[in-house]
Amino acid sequence: MQPIRPVLAAFCLMGVGSAAAEKAQIAVAANFTAPMKAIIASFEQDTDHTVKISYGSTGKLYAQIKNGAPFEALLAADQKRPELLEGEGVGVPSSRFTYAIGTLVLWSADTEKVEDGPALLESGDFNKLSIANPKLAPYGEAAVETLEALGQKAAIEPKLVRGENIAQTYQFVDTGNADIGFVALSQVMKDGEISKGSGWIVPSDMHAPISQDAVILNRGKDNLAVTELFAYLQGEKAEAIIHAFGYETE
Amino acid sequence: MWLTETDLEAIWLTLRVATVTTLILFAVGTPVAWWLARTRSRWKGPIGAVVALPLVLPPSVLGFYLLVAMGPNGPVGQLTERLGIGLLPFTFWGLVVASVFYSFPFMVQPVQNAFEAIGDRPLEAAATLRASPLDRFFSVALPLSLPGLITAGILTFAHTVGEFGVVLMIGGNIPGVTRVASVQIYDYVEALEYANAHRLAAVMLVFSFLVLLILYVWNPGGKKR
Repeated sequence: MQPIRPVLAAFCLMGVGSAAAEKAQIAVAANFTAPMKAIIASFEQDTDHTVKISYGSTGKLYAQIKNGAPFEALLAADQKRPELLEGEGVGVPSSRFTYAIGTLVLWSADTEKVEDGPALLESGDFNKLSIANPKLAPYGEAAVETLEALGQKAAIEPKLVRGENIAQTYQFVDTGNADIGFVALSQVMKDGEISKGSGWIVPSDMHAPISQDAVILNRGKDNLAVTELFAYLQGEKAEAIIHAFGYETE
Repeated sequence: MWLTETDLEAIWLTLRVATVTTLILFAVGTPVAWWLARTRSRWKGPIGAVVALPLVLPPSVLGFYLLVAMGPNGPVGQLTERLGIGLLPFTFWGLVVASVFYSFPFMVQPVQNAFEAIGDRPLEAAATLRASPLDRFFSVALPLSLPGLITAGILTFAHTVGEFGVVLMIGGNIPGVTRVASVQIYDYVEALEYANAHRLAAVMLVFSFLVLLILYVWNPGGKKR
């Protein structure tokens, strides 16, 4: 038993030493995984707070929150779920804001496949087009709207494969099982440019904006780590990270 | 009808995948089970372990490997493309191949147990009556282990119906082709259409219970009364 005591003492001291530091547990949409990790690293450096993150699809996170999951805030992939939570009295009123706006890209793992996006879609020169399930994922909805804007929806329908979320949509294209797919720019972008394969960035007027909203949940109402994180997300440092990962902000 | 048309389509597809998978596994799994039951080879242990792997591996691992292996850069994908079949992911047969791997131990293990339970004596007796090895297998071993075969078939079928993770990873969610009932339910839950999810989930629950009820009440592998 003897060697354990110093460790216990150290733990107690740590607890006393950082009285202002709080812990937050938040849920984050899977597509925002990479930028969130960078933002949290920066946030934890600038404050004494620690943040634990659970990643998942927005629909699943929503269902978990409604059924008592211990999350204190939700960074969703859409606006619908945070709005619902607010309306249902689970989210803190007026804490909701748009933290990022996603950019859609028609992408292929092949470096020469996608040069002129619309022309490629019209030519039909691909085996499958991978999109996120439009019923579940805002990126899928935007992909369908883009196909409709290009007048290719009906022609391409037989070639569609649907990922359960944008991560799986990317997986299908990255493994080469689908020649091309509509993925999030954040998935293929590094340091401000498309880092592998080839892609066509879909003009934002071809689909409704992919607005991603965040909301504080009732559990996190009085948690300083949560409210400070929300302020941090709207600050310059976080904004720079969000932009570097291929998202826009409002 | 309180199930939607797409629900019925998903159920019908699920039943087709499970039936085809079960038939293929009867053909592929029985010889493997026979070999495992009769062999004295030092490979028995390793092969038995490989057969049991899908019991332990998370579907995400199996699905990930299958997606990569059956893709254009994977060995299976290159083979199927060379044979003119094309790529397997996102197709009915892709699901069947995945299910064969996924349900393999559910076929092999009960059949192997049944074969082992026969013991050597009936087969030796048949041999002294000049039955050929093939004859011994079909006329003695198979009839004696029929209850085990039926158990294996039911388990394989039910387990394939319950498949979810692997299908999600290689299916591409195409209605009528790869959108099986479990994926359909998942979509409903994700889309917050809980009423639809409840209806289809209830169908799956009742179905699974009935299958297991048949297995337990009829109890083909159990003691004779």
